[in-house]
Amino acid sequence: MKDELKYKHLAEQAAREHRRERKIRTIAFLKRKSAAAALLVLVLITLAAVFAPLVAPYPDQGKGAVNLGERLQPLSGKHLLGTDTFGRDILSRLVYGARVSIFGGLFIVCAAALIGVPLGLWAGYSEGAPGVVISRIGEILISFPAVLIAIAITTVIGAGLTSAVIALIIPWWPWYARIIQGEVLRLKRMLFVEAAQMLGYGKSYILFRHLLPNIMRTVMVMMLLDFGPAIISIGLLGFLGLGTQPPNADWGLMVWEGAPNLMQQPWIAISPGAAMFILVMAFNIFGDNLQDYLDG
Amino acid sequence: MGEVLIRTQSLRTWFPKRKSLLGKPGAWLKAVDDVSLTIYRGECLGLAGESGCGKSTLGRTILQLVKPRSGSVRFDGTALRNLDFRQLQPFRPRMQMVFQDPRSSLNPKMTMLKILAEAIRANPDHDGDSILDQAVELADMVDLRPEHLFRYPHEFSGGQQQRICIARALATCPDFIVFDESTSALDVSVQAQILNLIKRLKQRLGLTYLFISHDLNVLAQVCERIAVMYAGQIVEIQESGRLFSSPGHPYTRGLRDAVPIADPEAKQTFVSIKGEVPSLVDPPAGCRFHPRCDFADRLCATRVPELQRLERHRSWIRCHRYRQLNFNQERR
Repeated sequence: MKDELKYKHLAEQAAREHRRERKIRTIAFLKRKSAAAALLVLVLITLAAVFAPLVAPYPDQGKGAVNLGERLQPLSGKHLLGTDTFGRDILSRLVYGARVSIFGGLFIVCAAALIGVPLGLWAGYSEGAPGVVISRIGEILISFPAVLIAIAITTVIGAGLTSAVIALIIPWWPWYARIIQGEVLRLKRMLFVEAAQMLGYGKSYILFRHLLPNIMRTVMVMMLLDFGPAIISIGLLGFLGLGTQPPNADWGLMVWEGAPNLMQQPWIAISPGAAMFILVMAFNIFGDNLQDYLDG
Repeated sequence: MGEVLIRTQSLRTWFPKRKSLLGKPGAWLKAVDDVSLTIYRGECLGLAGESGCGKSTLGRTILQLVKPRSGSVRFDGTALRNLDFRQLQPFRPRMQMVFQDPRSSLNPKMTMLKILAEAIRANPDHDGDSILDQAVELADMVDLRPEHLFRYPHEFSGGQQQRICIARALATCPDFIVFDESTSALDVSVQAQILNLIKRLKQRLGLTYLFISHDLNVLAQVCERIAVMYAGQIVEIQESGRLFSSPGHPYTRGLRDAVPIADPEAKQTFVSIKGEVPSLVDPPAGCRFHPRCDFADRLCATRVPELQRLERHRSWIRCHRYRQLNFNQERR
């Protein structure tokens, strides 16, 4: 009994040490100005997207209500980023558009990981046919441009955010499957796998207890670094009219709507473009820093 | 000490080399070719040979990590070759392995306690209540302290990592352990510590093990008998002392003469064995060593020598001419 207490004490001490180590590294991570700034931008944009009805100065215009009395207003105290061809407040529309970018991006990345990671595990861990079949299917899907798939899906279920997101997930998950397959093939040759085999543990035990924990880090970094490209892709499909349909707000769609007036009223197109640029940069900088932190 | 624990008979482990269009192997890499070996309970057998001669593959085949192409492995009377995963499972904890690279042998995401607990649980008749106590005991056996149990592998040095691997191998109270070059990746001083640890454990627990190494000096320290392997075959099995004083096979003599003596005054000439290690895909006809042997005659080039029993206790040799040759303590 006394011995058990002694071990408990040791376990707590070790846990404390590991926590302290992690804390030191986290502080060092946040002290890097680029990481902190990127995190701040991400948090602000996410909060704005979540609480859009409270944040946007003109929530109904953000959702698409027209206000023809104030068409094409330049930047002013009343409309911080001006108004568009229908007189709608651009800042409000940016805030509502952020919902599409953030949640659409999140959905694409999560769905791609949820489909790709299990298939990659399966492809990497089973010898022979499944690996080959999954890789070939993945290669075929990757070779189709998302725009082409989006057009095909649009003809079936109609244009909209849903078809855009589906069109992006289809060629996206194979990247996860491919990277995870490679990781599994690498880890499978590690001796701790053989040691577990020697103890009589079966394939699924080794897969979930030994391989998966060693793969989660790669998946996390990959998801974070994929956010930027996912957001840009949604914007691209919106710009081409294959994504969000007017009068809903979407940054890519807003750029397209502002394009005819680019010479006279540049703020209409530049604001959503700049918003997208800032958000994607923030994700990339944060992702790079996180990768360093996890490797360190 | 007469009880046989492991007996292999004409064991062959071949790997398909090139595959033709139809998926049939065009050539075989004969990593283990006709190996018959007996390991007695309580015995520590060494396995020596150059790199690439099939030592590790032999160890893995005995443990059924690699399936042989033909021949048999009997463990404690049971033939293991045709057992499937389920049937093999009860035997797994009874045979363990310690690998060359301790870093890769430990899952970086698991603490030492988790690693040991996993091994303890693998033993079907373990005592469920006291896994922590058993882990502490195992740590003590390999000279690690209880607080080490809560650390991750990267917090240990290479020597300590190898101690954890040894503790894991002991956790199931195995009948048989294979040490596969377990000290080769370590510094010489650390290597000596690990070898001493293995010697102590051998005395304390009465271990039976196969120690694979390319270093005859290492084997002489921890083994009573040494088997010498060349190009996938056993060429000689001898008592450790005799192997050094009067090697029977010309290859064994070559290996012995290449071992340096730690004496700066001694005038040493290292006689290397001429030629290259033969390919395992297409080994030489007759005696596999004959192209490199100084004593080979026409018979050696044409007929494969059998592994024959010597009059001495548990000694075997695979050489046509061993009766005419007499190598003594004198180095060349």
